Formats: sequence, C-alpha cells, structure tokens
Amino acid sequence: MASYSTNEFRGGLKVLLDGDPCIILENEFVKPGKGQAFNRVKLRNLMSNRVWERTFKSGESLEAADVMEQDMEYLYTDGEFWHFMLTDGSFEQFAADAKAVGDCVKWLKEQDVYTVVLYNGAPLTVAPPNFVELEVVDTDPGMKGDTAQGGSKPATLSTGAVVSVPLFITIGEVLKVDTRSGEYVSRVKSS
Amino acid sequence: MKPDIPAWQPTATRETLKSRAQLLAYVRGFFAQRDVLEVETPVLGRHGVTDLNLEGIPAAVTAAGVQGGWLQTSPEYHMKRLLAAGSGSIFQVARVFRNGERGRRHNPEFSMLEWYRTGFDDAALMQEVADLVCGWLACPAPVTLSYRDAVRDLAGFDPMTITDLELSRYCERWLEPGQLADMERDACLDLVMSFVVEPELGRDRPVFITRYPSSQAALARTSDDQGFAVAHRFELYVGGLELCNGYWELTDPEEQRERFANDNRLRTAAGKPEMAIDAALLAALDRGLPECAGVALGLDRLLMLKTGAADIQDVIAFPIERA
Repeated sequence: MASYSTNEFRGGLKVLLDGDPCIILENEFVKPGKGQAFNRVKLRNLMSNRVWERTFKSGESLEAADVMEQDMEYLYTDGEFWHFMLTDGSFEQFAADAKAVGDCVKWLKEQDVYTVVLYNGAPLTVAPPNFVELEVVDTDPGMKGDTAQGGSKPATLSTGAVVSVPLFITIGEVLKVDTRSGEYVSRVKSS
Repeated sequence: MKPDIPAWQPTATRETLKSRAQLLAYVRGFFAQRDVLEVETPVLGRHGVTDLNLEGIPAAVTAAGVQGGWLQTSPEYHMKRLLAAGSGSIFQVARVFRNGERGRRHNPEFSMLEWYRTGFDDAALMQEVADLVCGWLACPAPVTLSYRDAVRDLAGFDPMTITDLELSRYCERWLEPGQLADMERDACLDLVMSFVVEPELGRDRPVFITRYPSSQAALARTSDDQGFAVAHRFELYVGGLELCNGYWELTDPEEQRERFANDNRLRTAAGKPEMAIDAALLAALDRGLPECAGVALGLDRLLMLKTGAADIQDVIAFPIERA
C-alpha cells in the first residue's frame, strides 16, 4: 500500500493511524527558521468518528487507507444487513451492518441514493443526502386556521424518523427534511 | 487553499500588492539613507547548504560545462564572498527557496531581505533591525529576552540544564515515545520553541530572543555566558511571528569547516544526503571576512504584520499551489 510523507499531507487525505482509517481535516506546518519542522495534524477517525490531534516530525509518513466514497442506491434490509447497489451500472451490491448504517437508518428509503464509504472494500459508513423526501405516516390531526404562524408537533415519517413539523401537516403528505439538522424544510407537491 | 478563488487568480488583494510595493520602496530608502549598497547575487547557485533543517531545491541547469545547481535557501554565502572581496556594508532583497515548507507562515519560495554591516556587532545590528521594522510597522521598540529566560518563563524549565531524558519526557505531550527515540536535543527544543514559547512572543511589543544555545549557533560566533556557551544570534518576534534571524558573524574559517562537517554528520545520522561544502565560501573566509553582523528578514511576514493577514498566501500573489 502507498504511503504519504508529511510533505503530501493535506485536508481530505485518507490515512491509517494506529490501525484505523482516518481523514486529515487540518494540517498545520510549523518550523522555526533554522530548526526542526513539524506538522500538527487534525484527523477524524472514520471508525469512531472522533477527532484526533497528532504531531509529526517533518519527513515521517503514514500509510494510505484504502477508503473510497461511492454513490449507492439503497435496496432493502434483511434485519441484519442493509443492502446497497452501486449506481455506476455495475449492479455490484454491498451489505452494510448496523454500525456502518448508524443514524442514517432513519433516513433510508428504498431506491434513494446514499454516500457509502468503503474501507478495504466493505461499507464503513453510510451518509444520507442533505435533503430527503419522506411521507408522513403518523401525526396528530391538523387544526384549521393554523396555516402560517406558531406551533409545531411531532410527525413520524415512513422510515421511522420523527421530525418537528408545523401544525397544518397531515398524514400522507410528503415532506422535505434536512438530514444534517433533522429539521422539516417544506411540503413537497404531490405528483 | 482558497478554493473560493478561481485557480488563475491571485490570492493577494490589489491593496496588499500595493503595500508590498511600498515596503520595497521603504526598504530601499532606509538603506540608501544609511549608505548600504544594494547587491544582487545568484538565485541559482552551484552549491546548496549543509544545514540539517534546510532542504534546498535542486536545479537541472546545464551551461558552459556546469551541470546542476541549487535554488538558494538564502543569499548568505554569496554575500559573504562580496564582503570578503571588500564590498563594505551590503543589502539584498532576494527570492529564496526551501523545499517542503508550506503552511500559514511558509511558502517554498519567499522574499528575504538580507543585509550585512561591517564593523557592527549583534547589539548594533539589533538596533538597526528595530529601526527598520518599527519604522514600517509603527510599533513600540522591541525588548530583549535571552533564549534561556524565554524558555524558563514560558515553558517552565531551564533549557541549559534540563537533561535529555527530562526534555524528552516533556515532549511526550505532543509526540509518541517512538517518535522521540531518535530525536536530537535541539529538535526537542525546537518543538518547545514552536509550540509553547513562540506563540507568546511579541504579543504586546516586539521581542528579540538572544543568546541561543551554541548548538544552535549556525554561522554565529559563540561566547561564554554564565558558564554556558551561547551564540551571538538573535531573532525578532512580533505578534508570535518569527521575523528575522541575525548573527554576529563567524569569521574563523577553521571553525566554519568544522561546523559544515558536523552538519553533514548530523545529516547522515538523520538519513539525509550529505551536501557538498561550498569551497568558494571557505576560500573567501580564508582570505578574510571583515568583522560584521548580518541578518535575514522575511519580507512576506513583515507584510503579514502590516496588513493583519493571518495567512502568508494573503500577501503573495501566487503561492505554490497556483504558481
């Protein structure tokens, strides 16, 4: 496997640190004019999602991590694994376990496309698009007159996610939701 | 870096470019008044430097039987040859090159103001540096702090007496024992200087750090200070930024030969290639370098301080990624 020396460090680089795949977030080069150079590096551990801060002497190197981001369509779950398929026409399928799917499970809708990070060829994490469109399957009945201002209530979506919505939303409507904040954005016109 | 600016465009604003032009005019005016001669020496030289921590950039030049050279890391050797040839006090605004150096305060190519004053010692040159820098930045006059006191005050240990083991332990807050195993004492001190001391230096007013341990003398002469060998070397810090590095210059060719040889021993030990020693410089020293003090000052950083830029790319039209 290839390795990267400190000279090649930059944001976005995927490396192995203490055996875990990490992505470099920030790389700060520090050097007194006549002295030893160091790189102060912030990395996100892709397994634990924790941010690490490490210092490297200039010239040290890290092994490259075989990490790839791929767009994949969500197919179905068998209860133990969630199955995805590459959208590149190859029909190649990958099975992600609960750890890889994580919180994304509440945004998974069949036939929608997700970003799957593969580590050594197996799904490591699954990320939803920034916005998803999901149907309301349960919420308290709407009240007349509550069209514009004030008030919200919980609504359960088809995937099981619960979001806070305005009082006028009713069962059966399709909503646009921001997956980063988990917030309701708007109603989607029914087609 | 600066992904929001299209790749063909400069990263410095027109205002900053104007400030750079004003700085160059200011520098030339400053030295004209003091009767210091402006010179130009090769950017592309026959030799690189032996310094353990400076990596030159080799150049594949071929002309008149000359094969290969180096982009210069500083104009020092050539300027010393001019001094030995009787130039008197000289200054130069030079482009210099250091491989691998890129960060918020570094670009592999940068502008260096380097000057030599015959008959000056380090104290006299520090005064002139203060005049130049404070005249440009309109800042209060610098205070002077010894390396030993600076480390003692800010890092809480005595850099002259701490044992190698204690120093290594101290550095374990940043580095793994495996990384520290082959690290020289001076590299550990550099770590402490960069991470702990430097960020605090020159916050309220500029500060000169002086009397470096003799192991960090480079081309400065050394003398005894309370039982410890120290270098007649100084650096100026403004707002946590290292601005210049100056020496009361070593003129003894024998000691210079020894330092070059020692540099190469350190390079070999660190797994770096040995560098050929510049015989022309040694010949000039043999002929006799006049008593002088010299200093190299980073003009890009001086511009950062003037314009309040946090990143060197804000003061350079085209940093290496778009060069």
